[in-house]
Amino acid sequence: MPKVTSIDILIIGGGPAGLAAAVAAWDAGCRSLLILERDERMGGILQQCIHSGFGLHYFGESLTGTEYADRWISQVEERAIPYQCQTMVIDLTDSRQVTAVSPQYGLQRFQAGAIILAMGCRERPRGALAIPGTNCAGILTAGAAQRLVNLNGEIPGKRVVILGSGDIGLIMARRMVSVGARVLACVELMPYSSGLPRNVVQCLQDFDIPLLLNHTVISIQGRGRLSSVTIAQVDPETRQPISGTERVIECDTLLLSVGLIPENELSRSAGVLLSGQTQGPLVSQSMQTTVPGIFACGNVLHVHDLVDAVSEEAVVAGLSAVRWIEQYHCDTPEEDILCRLEAGRGIRGLVPQRISLPLETDYIVIHFRPFQVFQPGEIRVRADGQTLLKLKRRVLTPGQEETIRIPSERIREGRVQSIIIEAGDSLE
Amino acid sequence: MSNAEQSITLTCVNCPAGCRLNVVRDGDQIVSVAGYRCRQGIEYAHQEVMNPSRIVTSLIRVSGSSEPLSVKTKQPIPRHLIGDCLAAIQASFVTLPVTIGDVIIENVLNTGVDVIATRSLPDRTCRSAKVKA
Ligand SMILES: Cc1cc2nc3c(=O)[nH]c(=O)nc-3n(C[C@H](O)[C@H](O)[C@H](O)COP(=O)(O)OP(=O)(O)OC[C@H]3O[C@@H](n4cnc5c(N)ncnc54)[C@H](O)[C@@H]3O)c2cc1C
Ligand code: SF4
Repeated sequence: MPKVTSIDILIIGGGPAGLAAAVAAWDAGCRSLLILERDERMGGILQQCIHSGFGLHYFGESLTGTEYADRWISQVEERAIPYQCQTMVIDLTDSRQVTAVSPQYGLQRFQAGAIILAMGCRERPRGALAIPGTNCAGILTAGAAQRLVNLNGEIPGKRVVILGSGDIGLIMARRMVSVGARVLACVELMPYSSGLPRNVVQCLQDFDIPLLLNHTVISIQGRGRLSSVTIAQVDPETRQPISGTERVIECDTLLLSVGLIPENELSRSAGVLLSGQTQGPLVSQSMQTTVPGIFACGNVLHVHDLVDAVSEEAVVAGLSAVRWIEQYHCDTPEEDILCRLEAGRGIRGLVPQRISLPLETDYIVIHFRPFQVFQPGEIRVRADGQTLLKLKRRVLTPGQEETIRIPSERIREGRVQSIIIEAGDSLE
Repeated sequence: MSNAEQSITLTCVNCPAGCRLNVVRDGDQIVSVAGYRCRQGIEYAHQEVMNPSRIVTSLIRVSGSSEPLSVKTKQPIPRHLIGDCLAAIQASFVTLPVTIGDVIIENVLNTGVDVIATRSLPDRTCRSAKVKA
């Protein structure tokens, strides 16, 4: 057995979440810090995002994903914060022991004072959709295709259909056109796209790619290689295909952009409780999971639309980890929970789910997704049955995560036990 | 509507409401904009009709590297030049090493905009630190 190395804060994952958490923890005074990243390099999913649209909030300019990552990697380098690439964490315990493997150092064991989970998320594969048909080459997730094209310089196919209109699918539609492929259609089950309007316009409309709403792929044909897919319109109520609307599209590639799920094997092995709605850990406003000393941020916690929000959340996790170490280095205290947060009507995927001491900020940042489209919409925050806040939005849509801030004061004083957040049509 | 007038439908991209904008254009004049829910929609309609522009991003194969180089136009360029810009990028020649921010094509298609590298090649972030016990 290798000997155990002690570290104050160990960060699992070197994407934007891990990078920002590390910088924040360092700047708050922590000098015993290590980032472990399983890929060949730092930057996470951003290294394959060569399109622009990142950092508008954080840096006030539209950067590519690679440029956004570079800004944070440079900050990590300037501080000489240690990291290891090609190092995969394979086990995590509830007492914060970490086992990792890498070609360079072999098997390593660490005992951390605090852990920050920043492993990101993965794409939902074909298996999760259960589309009938043959098993053939040419079917891949949009993110896998993005990696092939942007990092390996390979082109996965010439005639492409995209299933799902999430942002990754939309971005890949444009990229496939720019590398010489034809994109025949983007097929979306729901009556609206789950991607940003900017991407619908600039990735589909700019290139005359049809967006077929209320449609789905009902079967896949091909021997060896994909040769065609059959699509059909669906009933907007039941989401079932309408017979007579079937159409065959000849294609050699089907890209799936049908959702992301947090990477949660390690969270599970540490006994961290997960939310049924976000599929990520349950956390307090300081990003602490249900296991003391284990924090989480970024896409491992809930799927974010914008990387800026990931960085912001990661800074909170980094600071909370430092404070946790300073206060409770030796013993493991009980958490002092002030108040519970609940997803009410019209919303899902609420983060955080509880508020606990210490509560130092003036505001608590809350993220969630509307369940359906409300236009115009209203967000209602109720504290112990009484309305605390009402916020109007021109539109609320499941394609866009909402962020609200609620004042801490009354909660800190222990005057609120439960908060329910709801969304619905605006009544005015 | 006079003969020269032309009606255009757009989707505003400035917020998730994604308003459908109906724009009537006469030559280089905007006659009317309808369908917006806020001022940004009007500005967007003017911009999209009179001077639609995009940041173009693409890849260049580089000899001596198994990974392609990612690049972008430093500022948005006119939308109708996207295809020509992609072709110019394909035709450009790059030698290693490249640092993020390096100019790859100066003043592409006389737009006054440079094409710059959006990553470094070879990658400078494959460093590993051995942490001592
Ligand atoms: C195609 C696409 C387009 C996007 N477009 C935009 C956009 O235009 N604008 C915008 O703001 N945002 C965009 N985003 C969102 C943004 O990229 C993500 O929100 C952000 O990358 C999430 O950061 P993260 O650090 O949580 O996860 P990731 O970037 O996924 O990083 C997680 C890291 O953890 C590592 N890891 C996982 N498990 C382990 C383990 N066991 N051991 C060691 N390391 C591990 C992974 O290798 C990875 O490097 C886009 C995302 C995608 C995929
Ligand atoms: S017009 Fe205003 S409300 Fe409508 S999409 Fe544009 S920014 Fe949003």
